Amino acid sequence: MTSTLTPVRKRSALTKGQLPKAAPYIVVAVALVLGAAILALIGFNAFGWGIVSGILFAAGLVGWSLIVEGARKAKDKLATCLVVGAFLVALLPLFSVIWTVLVNGLPGLLDPGFLNTSMNGVTGAFDNKTVEEGAPLLGGIYHALMGTLLITVLATLISVPVGLLTAIYLVEYGEDRALARAITFFVDVMTGIPSIVAGLFAAAAFFALVGPGTKTGAVAAVALSVLMIPVVVRSSEEMLKIVPNELREAAYALGVRKWRTILKVVLPTAISGIASGITLAIARVIGETAPILVTAGFATTINTNVFSGWMASLPTFIYTQILNPTSPSNPDPSSQRAWGAALVLIILVMLLNLGARLIARMFAPKTGR
Amino acid sequence: MSKRIDVKDLNVYYSKFLAVEDVNINIEAKSVTAFIGPSGCGKSTFLRTLNRMHEVIPGARVEGEVLLDGDNLYGPGVDPVTVRSQIGMVFQRPNPFPTMSIRDNVLAGVKLNNTKISKGEADVLVERSLQGANLWNEVKDRLGKPGSGLSGGQQQRLCIARAIAVEPQVILMDEPCSALDPISTLAIEDLINELKDQYTVVIVTHNMQQAARVSDKTAFFNIAGTGKPGKLIEFGDTPTIFSNPTEKATEDYVSGRFG
Repeated sequence: MTSTLTPVRKRSALTKGQLPKAAPYIVVAVALVLGAAILALIGFNAFGWGIVSGILFAAGLVGWSLIVEGARKAKDKLATCLVVGAFLVALLPLFSVIWTVLVNGLPGLLDPGFLNTSMNGVTGAFDNKTVEEGAPLLGGIYHALMGTLLITVLATLISVPVGLLTAIYLVEYGEDRALARAITFFVDVMTGIPSIVAGLFAAAAFFALVGPGTKTGAVAAVALSVLMIPVVVRSSEEMLKIVPNELREAAYALGVRKWRTILKVVLPTAISGIASGITLAIARVIGETAPILVTAGFATTINTNVFSGWMASLPTFIYTQILNPTSPSNPDPSSQRAWGAALVLIILVMLLNLGARLIARMFAPKTGR
Repeated sequence: MSKRIDVKDLNVYYSKFLAVEDVNINIEAKSVTAFIGPSGCGKSTFLRTLNRMHEVIPGARVEGEVLLDGDNLYGPGVDPVTVRSQIGMVFQRPNPFPTMSIRDNVLAGVKLNNTKISKGEADVLVERSLQGANLWNEVKDRLGKPGSGLSGGQQQRLCIARAIAVEPQVILMDEPCSALDPISTLAIEDLINELKDQYTVVIVTHNMQQAARVSDKTAFFNIAGTGKPGKLIEFGDTPTIFSNPTEKATEDYVSGRFG
C-alpha cells in the first residue's frame, strides 16, 4: 500500500504574500522619524509634523503593500488610509475647540461665585483692581444662565406642541393632500431661515402687537421657536413614518378610534426617536446669539420674568463681554468670564445630547424574553 | 356570540381600479370559511371589506352590501369602529404592540379604548383569552415581559388572544400561518377548530391543505389576468370544492394544474 504525501509547501496556494502584523506600526515609526527630519529642515512645528508623517505613512504602507501583497490589497490599504484620514480631519476641529474652551474657560468656571452671581454692579473699577492689585474676580453668569434656561424652556414649550401636532397631521391625516404638501414645503423653507431673520421677525411682530421696543425673554423664545419648529416637525415626522402600518391596523381591527390609536400606539412606539429629536432641536437653538440679541437685549442683572424686561443669555453674555469688556482698559477679566460662559454653554449642549441618548434608551420599545 | 355574514353584489375599488367584482357569498355563523386562490386575486382585499379595514387605505371604497346578521356594514351612519369591535382581525405577520407587555397586549382592545376594568376582571380576561388562544401555559409566568420577545408562532397566538379578548362576533384571519413553521401552524389550526365553537371564522390561505383541514366551506377566487378584477368563482362545502368542483378553473387550481 502506497500513500501519496501531501507536498510540503511553505505557503498555501490560496494566499499571496502578506505584510507582517507589525507592518503599520513599523511604517508609523519610520514616518514619524522621517517627518521629523523633513520638518527639521524647514522649521519644526507639531501640526506640520502630523501632516507630513500622515502622508508619508499612507505612501509607505500602500507602497510596501503593493510590492509584497499586490494591487488589490494595496488599494484596500489606500482606501483605509483615506477613510481614517477623513475621520481625523473631521475630529480635529472638534477636539481643538473643546481643548481651547476647556483651557481658557476652566479658570473662569472654577472662580468662586461664577455660577451663582450676576454682573449687577460689577464695573470696570473692580476688573482694574483684579488685574492691578490681584483682588478676587467679581461677577458671574447666573443671570445669563437663568436667561438661557428660561428662554429655551419657553421656546421648547411653544415649539414641541406645534411641531409635534404638525408632524402628526402630516403623517396621519395629510394623505399627500395639497395642504400637507404645502406644509412640508414651507417647513423646508423655514429650516433655511437665517437665525437673525427669525429674530427680526419676532421683534417686529412684538413691536406691532405689544408696542415699540418690546424686548423680553418671551420675544426671544418666539424667535427661537421659529428656528426650532421646523427641526421638531422634520424629526418627529421621520419617526412617525417609521412606525409600521401594521400596528395602526392592529389597533383599528380591535375597534380603537384613530385618535386613540395615534395617542396610545403610534406615539408611544415613536416616542424615543421624537424625544431625542426634540432634545437635539433644543441643543440646536440654545447657542443662538443673533436672534436673542435683537429680541431680549442684554442685561447685567438677574431677571427671571420672561414677560418683562431685558434678559441676559449665555451667547449674548459672551458676545458683550468680548466686544464691550466691562473694563475697556483691562479686558482680561471679561474675556475670562466669556470663556467660562462658553464652557458652560458647551457643557449644556453636551448634557442635552447625553440626555437625548438616555431618553431614547429609556423610551425604546423593550425587548427581552 | 357569533353572527352570520351575507355579502350582496360587492364591488371593491382602489380609487378607480376595480379590484374585486360582484361577490355574493353567505357565511354561516359558527363555521370556518376558507378563501383560496392565486396571489393578487383579491382574497385579502375582500376579507378586509368584511370589517371595513379596506377603507383605511387612501382611495379605497366599496359598492354593495355586507350584512352582519342582516345589518348592513356599509349602511349610512354606520361607524366603522363599531363594526371592527364586532369583527376582529388577525393579520399575516404577527404584530403585537412593541411597547406593551404580553398582558397589556391581550388587554389592548380594552385599555386602548379607556374602558374601565378592575384588576381582577382584567386577570380573568387575560387568562381566558390566552387559554382561548392556547398560549396560557407558555406565557403565564412572564405576562409582564414584552410581547415582541415571543417566538413568531407565539406572537401570532398572542394576536389571536388579543382579537378574542374584545369578544367579537366574527374573526377574520388573513393568511395567519404564512410566516410560521409547521408546528406553529398546527397549533393555530387546532386553535381555529376550537374557535369555531364560539365564533364565525373566515380565513384566507395560500395553503390548500390547510383550507381542506380547517374549513367547513371554501370559496375559490380567481383573476382573469393582470389588471382585471378578481372574482368569486365557486363557493361550497370544502369536500365538494376539493373533490368534485363544478367549475373547471377550481378543479385546475385545487389539483395543482395552475397557480
